[in-house]
Amino acid sequence: MKIEHQAAFSLGASDLEPGLFFETAASRLAAGGRAVSYFAVPEAGAWRLVMAVAFDREGRLEAYSTRAEGPFRALTPAFPQLHLFEREIYEQSGLKPEGHPWLKPVRFNTAGAVPGVADYFAVHGSQVHEVAVGPVHAGVIEPGHFRFQCHGEKVFHLEIMLGYQHRGLEKRFIGGPGARCLRYAETLAGDTSAGHAWAYCGAVEALAGVNVPPRAQALRGLLLELERLANHTGDLGALAGDVAYLPTSSFCGRLRGDLLNMTALVCGNRFGRNMFKPGGVSFDLDPALIKELKLRLEAAYRDVQNAVSLLWETASVRDRFEGTGVVPKEAAEGLGLVGPAARASGVGLDTRRNFPSEPYQGFTLGVSGSGDVYSRAYVRWLEIQKSAELVTGWLDALPEGPSETECGALKPESAAVSLVEGWRGQICHVALTDASGVFRHYKITDPSFHNWQGLALALRNGEISDFPLCNKSFNLSYCGRDL
Amino acid sequence: MEIVKPLLQFLAAALLAPLLPGVINRVKAFFAGRKGRPLLQLYYDLAKLLRKTPVYSRTTTWVFRAGPLLGAAALVTALALLPFAGRPSFLSFDGDFIFLLYLLGLARFATVLAALDTGSAFEGMGASREMQFAVFAEPAFFMGLASLARVTGQTSLAGMFGALTGGTWSTAAPVLALLTASFFLVLLAENSRVPADDPDTHLELTMIHEVMVLDHSGPDLAYILYGAALKLWLFAALIGSTVLPRHSGSWAGDSALFLLMMFGLAAAVGVVESVIARLRLTKVPYMLITAFAFSALALIFQMGR
Repeated sequence: MKIEHQAAFSLGASDLEPGLFFETAASRLAAGGRAVSYFAVPEAGAWRLVMAVAFDREGRLEAYSTRAEGPFRALTPAFPQLHLFEREIYEQSGLKPEGHPWLKPVRFNTAGAVPGVADYFAVHGSQVHEVAVGPVHAGVIEPGHFRFQCHGEKVFHLEIMLGYQHRGLEKRFIGGPGARCLRYAETLAGDTSAGHAWAYCGAVEALAGVNVPPRAQALRGLLLELERLANHTGDLGALAGDVAYLPTSSFCGRLRGDLLNMTALVCGNRFGRNMFKPGGVSFDLDPALIKELKLRLEAAYRDVQNAVSLLWETASVRDRFEGTGVVPKEAAEGLGLVGPAARASGVGLDTRRNFPSEPYQGFTLGVSGSGDVYSRAYVRWLEIQKSAELVTGWLDALPEGPSETECGALKPESAAVSLVEGWRGQICHVALTDASGVFRHYKITDPSFHNWQGLALALRNGEISDFPLCNKSFNLSYCGRDL
Repeated sequence: MEIVKPLLQFLAAALLAPLLPGVINRVKAFFAGRKGRPLLQLYYDLAKLLRKTPVYSRTTTWVFRAGPLLGAAALVTALALLPFAGRPSFLSFDGDFIFLLYLLGLARFATVLAALDTGSAFEGMGASREMQFAVFAEPAFFMGLASLARVTGQTSLAGMFGALTGGTWSTAAPVLALLTASFFLVLLAENSRVPADDPDTHLELTMIHEVMVLDHSGPDLAYILYGAALKLWLFAALIGSTVLPRHSGSWAGDSALFLLMMFGLAAAVGVVESVIARLRLTKVPYMLITAFAFSALALIFQMGR
């Protein structure tokens, strides 16, 4: 069933016979569709499987659902992009996807499961050795366990086991919306506050049937792009740091702070918390603040340009970036990668262009095709340029009018899919309401959920010493995936 | 008198060596627009570490405990062979440059054994990398010293650098220039500096030297850090004495010039680290093969002279 992005639809209307459901899903995915969400919802003693499929090129969104009581047909063998979704369904509902190649735990949140304790893939042979890294790491980063099957310096296989950050967030949304839901959305992946808060607000507004004033949408765009600017700048600095290239590494760290401080000027929080709310935004800009932001952006952008251009000009950095951690386009499409990681492999996928909504009308995107660390770095630079241009545009011509509107009760027995292009890639929130108009289920898909497998693939047949660099070039969220 | 000055030189080198990493760090901080850690940070670290109680894993044996001590002892002995500003060294005999190479080899052997003794996958990886790169670094260094012996007609380090004068540069400039380049590349690789290694990284999977010493703590770590500083001093002193051979001036004047040269070299290492990125691990051997080629070329030039 065709649905609209950020508009309520009736879940009942998407119901199909189980057999037809899997046939339809398979044919839609084969026709170039990409599963943006696939999950099981409890329903009258049984379960309902819901899948949302996006046709990015046409900007078309479809939703299908079916009732499921027992084992169901796994589509992973034909469509690897579903592998984690089906494992998640199995872990959360106990419905077994028949034919799934490997039902490893996703978040270890079933009774008796211990994070990290599972069957791992092992390569045998007298010269093969295994290197285990984490979940406790040398830097101040999130926990995750990485297992490499190596032959000398060469990596045959990397297995990534996460789940240590699982907090049971999705369940917290049930019974909402409420003030707390918004805070959960803002903090479910700390560096993507604006992205997830917007996706949450989008879902609520769709279910309430609210039209957000243009000024509020522009201000939201401003925060989302500032978040993108700050994170991409930080990432480029971190990439330089990983190859021990001092100048860019040290300057980008400071510049990221400058960009975060701009967000703090708008809403009082460096990560953009408390800005978004269903119906609009909490803080408006006055002319003095707009002037100040423009000055700061100009200065920060100039410095970023100087620091980052050193990366492309320095032969030793280029040599290190080029050809490292290649993810071919076919693999990126097969795994359903999103965001800069997908665009770096030549997949022209960007929610801002594919599903244009206010304030992103007429958006164009940058794709840089070879799938290596260099491309993933360069795509970030292209996006920094684009984001700076967008922010300048909005600051120059901010739509007049109110910055918020009343957001009423939600439509009962409905569902809505909300997509936002966060800095890491597409964020998808799916909200389902019950007969009384409160959330009966809330499904969050962070871009990291799709992309972790891309990192594993980037390392295949690579050098183990390149892992930190590849990892940084993806810079995925652990908590966003673990929820 | 001839025993006091060499002893003083030896003690001065042993005392001043931890200053070199401090200089490198300040230069790097300058390029990064930061203030940087104190010049004497390594001294503070050593003082702190020496007062700590080491922690040993149950899987390790005496090999692990002996490693740092043996490494530091080998390097202190090597330092005694080292001439200071072209003056006689504390310990010297014919052919002692081969002894120096073996002492460096012994230090490496002790570190690698200690790393393997932990049984950790990281340390094993580091040990394998260290040995792999040593295969390329040692011949380059040996060949360099051999051609220096050929240039000066001496086989002791003190003899070689004592015979080296400004005049040698006017007659054998290409040889000495090639040797300087070769020694500098070997210095960068042997002391885990950029572009061969990154001394500041926390990423175990990319490390070479640092990953081998992850399990050492307290005084053991102090010995390792001190040993690393001595090794840096050693290589820098060889380069310094080649570039700026003995002037017939006073002992004090020569010494001051030599020290200035040492800090200049540390600054040069800092500049190199600030302007280029680290090499891909598989390309480090290329850099060392280049060093070997420089040394070999120097020897060939010298033979044909």
